[in-house]
Amino acid sequence: MPSPATVSPFLDPLEKLLSVHGTPAVVRAVEAGDDAGNARQAWIDSGFADLLMPEASGGAGLPLRMADELLRTCARRLLPWPLDATMIARAAFAGAGGAAPDGFVAIAPQTSVDADGRMLCRGVPDGAAADWILATVAEGAMLVPVREHRSEAVFRGGTVATDVFWHAQPAGTTPIPRGMDWMAIGACLMATRIAGAMERLLEMTLAHASTRAQFGKPLAAFQAVQQQLAVMAEQVAAARMAASIGMLAEGIEPDPLRAAIAKARTSEAVVEVTSIAHGVHGAIGIAAEFDLQLYTRRLHAWRLAFGTERRWQGVVGRALLAAEGPVLDAIVLRAAPPAA
Amino acid sequence: MGFDAGFSQALGARGWLGLTLPVEYGGGGRGPFARFVLVEELLAAGAPVGAHWIADRQSGPLLLKYGTEAQKRFHLPRICRGESFFCIGMSEPQSGSDLASVRTQAERVEGGWRLSGQKLWTTNAPRSHYMIALVRTSGTHDDRHRGLSQVIVDLAAPGVTIRPIRDLAGDAHFSEVFFDDVMLGEDAIVGQEGDGWAQVTAELAFERSGPERIYSSLALFDAWIAHVRSRAVPDQASVVLAGRLATHLAVLRELCVAVTAKLAAGESPVVEAALVKDLGTALEQAMPVAIADVIGAEDGPPAAAALMQALAYVTHVAPSFSLRGGTREILRGMIARGLGLR
Repeated sequence: MPSPATVSPFLDPLEKLLSVHGTPAVVRAVEAGDDAGNARQAWIDSGFADLLMPEASGGAGLPLRMADELLRTCARRLLPWPLDATMIARAAFAGAGGAAPDGFVAIAPQTSVDADGRMLCRGVPDGAAADWILATVAEGAMLVPVREHRSEAVFRGGTVATDVFWHAQPAGTTPIPRGMDWMAIGACLMATRIAGAMERLLEMTLAHASTRAQFGKPLAAFQAVQQQLAVMAEQVAAARMAASIGMLAEGIEPDPLRAAIAKARTSEAVVEVTSIAHGVHGAIGIAAEFDLQLYTRRLHAWRLAFGTERRWQGVVGRALLAAEGPVLDAIVLRAAPPAA
Repeated sequence: MGFDAGFSQALGARGWLGLTLPVEYGGGGRGPFARFVLVEELLAAGAPVGAHWIADRQSGPLLLKYGTEAQKRFHLPRICRGESFFCIGMSEPQSGSDLASVRTQAERVEGGWRLSGQKLWTTNAPRSHYMIALVRTSGTHDDRHRGLSQVIVDLAAPGVTIRPIRDLAGDAHFSEVFFDDVMLGEDAIVGQEGDGWAQVTAELAFERSGPERIYSSLALFDAWIAHVRSRAVPDQASVVLAGRLATHLAVLRELCVAVTAKLAAGESPVVEAALVKDLGTALEQAMPVAIADVIGAEDGPPAAAALMQALAYVTHVAPSFSLRGGTREILRGMIARGLGLR
């Protein structure tokens, strides 16, 4: 196995770019519908979207597992463009000898087309910030242009997922040159986002508990609060491991069972982790100007996107019941990384 | 966990005990991962590994790390052959979670130490040959962590009395062990006199990190899965539950592997081990509760008696999962310390 050190050349530049063009101000601007043009262009120019493409096509040829830490790092900052999905889409085109169109790609978890050809993509993470929606319809997966075409984005109740609607399939729609399981890919990417955002949320919550004082001492000095934070840390550790299991792939496609485990476990952790984070923060966590809500709203949206824990638990459960032999052989060891 | 001395000796004959101990002491000379693989398979098969379990998991490595050359030459080959079984003397009537408050005392006398006091909740004491006990060798109760040492006690020595304790499931895995002026030799101390607390902390990382901390309810889980598989159409609640529990197991297993990697690198991953153990016991305790819920909601022919017996047994002993090797609250306190909160 290549050493993880292969990733490190990219991590530093990524952190630098995030510190300038991945700030909470940028996150807020993009969510408000601002183009954030400078930041957006900086990300497109950075070449990070090409990392999974073969080296022959100008990429870095990274397998999915080597992108684990990079994508988690983006999620720690809530990068408001779908760099993760764009990386995979670009690699899918390049791997088939073609080239993806320029711009950001967001994957639609659900697409429906009615008898008149109207198309609705429901609950697309970052759908409003993308140039293309990757929609899966009867004929296969395709990139559908969002900008410069007649489309509607509908926001609901403070969620960061978007419904995108077209009156007809727009010109410029481009088929994906390769059949892939985009539901599993989306699930795996959301799991990694959840894990990264949770890591940062834990740090923020620990910092708040150490500085906010009540009854004359920091919240962190209260045993009841300490025990809550320990539980939060446990859930974050489990989510992080689960997400890494999902990303354990040599190519650009996650293993379906591992992706199911990753999404099921990270999504389940969202409930307790966000609840403790808000509980420890107290009322200030509800305030829009405070960054906590940027994280917890996304965690809830990503839990829903591409299927909640119940959906993926069902997938794992059916795999277990269809197999023979004990759970260790049927599921646990199949999810484990191959021996080095 | 079944107890079968013959099985342990058979494992020893194959070279499967003391896998991580050096070859010169009769061990396998392998790393923690080799042991992980072997232990996982033994547990998955429900093998009766109780006799050698504690010696293999923690007493052997403890003696290797802190023992004198003579102690290693004497004890390690016997452990590796499955001839020497060990138990752990930590808890006492007045010392549960507050382990540093132990009162059992080894007093310096001519030619060695005189041991007096009592240990409690000792697993497998009547069938073990030796106990490694945490006792006070200097100072008083108020000195807390200072003045504690680990001593090896030959359980056949005069003055040792062992009384089994019947538990709520009808078994007697635990005992109370009394020491009435038991004479220990000069060589009874393990490691440095007065360093017992640090040694026990390191030893507990071994106890808390192994795969057995996530597999206590595995036999029940597999029995239940066989039951669900036998149904023509499994109900949706059972399918989702099976997936949920399997998902947790898969993630916990990799967390265990990560802790083992730290052990293999020579670290003492105390906080990580506490984290995995707390998550693991939460799952082990959730299993009987959730499985009972879906079985009890089923229509159709009743589940097999063997499944219902396993379910009853695990339900009843499950509270001990988050007591042994450090309670849930103690472990969370350790995690909080690791997070810098205390």
